[in-house]
Amino acid sequence: MNKTTEQDVSNPVEDAFVADAALAPAFFAWLCRMGDNALILGHRVSEWCGHAPALEEDIAMANTALDLIGHTQMWLGLAGEVEDKGRDADALAYLRDALQFRNLLLCELPNGDMGLTLMRQFLFDARHHLMLEWLTRSASPRVAEIAAKAVKEASYHLERSSDLVVRLGDGTEESHRRMQAAVEQLWPYVDEMFVTDAVDDAMAAAEIAPRPCDLRKEWDETVRSVFAEATLDVPGAVGFAQTGGNLGRHTEHLGYILAEMQFLQRAYPGASW
Amino acid sequence: MSRKEWPLWEVFIRGQHGLNHRHVGSLHAPDAEMAIHHARDVYTRRKEGVSIWVVKSNDITASSPSEKGPLFDPAETKAYRHPTFFDIPDEVGHM
Repeated sequence: MNKTTEQDVSNPVEDAFVADAALAPAFFAWLCRMGDNALILGHRVSEWCGHAPALEEDIAMANTALDLIGHTQMWLGLAGEVEDKGRDADALAYLRDALQFRNLLLCELPNGDMGLTLMRQFLFDARHHLMLEWLTRSASPRVAEIAAKAVKEASYHLERSSDLVVRLGDGTEESHRRMQAAVEQLWPYVDEMFVTDAVDDAMAAAEIAPRPCDLRKEWDETVRSVFAEATLDVPGAVGFAQTGGNLGRHTEHLGYILAEMQFLQRAYPGASW
Repeated sequence: MSRKEWPLWEVFIRGQHGLNHRHVGSLHAPDAEMAIHHARDVYTRRKEGVSIWVVKSNDITASSPSEKGPLFDPAETKAYRHPTFFDIPDEVGHM
């Protein structure tokens, strides 16, 4: 993954949006949202490494985590270029504090049991895949290029997580109970995936990215059909949706993730091996 | 407490089009479809293959090591079964 990214950086495709100063603040914020979602969820999933219930699932989870960290390198690398203040992907990942992170709250929620982890993954994958598919046709060639690489992995993620949601939802009494509990617990974080603000409007106006709210209908259809097969109930509208992650207002969990993830770079600045 | 283990599957991977599927190892999975997924995750992380076969280890009938003698010894002295007595033209290349 490293190698491909380096090659791209040394020989990037022409993209006028990258140097567009007027667009830069929104473009940078949007790229951080993409990169931070992948980074924080990737870190969460990696916490299962060595702890998953079966060796085969352990490796599958680690693969997913590594795919997401790979996406992070590409998104935050481009974010650093757009920002043009000398920060690279590492600086953005390791040297920002919680208030500067732009990930969805869903991505930072603790793993819980395997059921919760897989449900969180499925809800995210269903949206991630729609987003990346759209982005392969982005007006920004750099964005389209990253999306073309990432969507291959994201489509496998979605295939895997939807398959497991069906198996566990329509599995034993115990697995069904846990999956339904996971849905109830995560549902208040669903609406945030489709919140659309000025940053998204600017990206949509430039035809770089879709407005998240426009992905909702198709997402609903995917989730409904998978839940139907999984014999899981789709909860009604939530009274109070949890939002704010993409503006930097996070749950208390993000600080703990960053403490663990950033410790080395903070304690030994510039350390490498 | 009894722990219900997933059955064992043998995994075969075709490295590239035109090559045979080769046995690469085994893994546990609840059914064939998941065995394919697991095989993808465990055995093709470095782009090792273009096709995967899985078969339940239980469904493989193996020859017994104690029968090794009667099965294989008779072939030992039959060098003429190797096609080494033909002259192969250079243009044919490796066979």
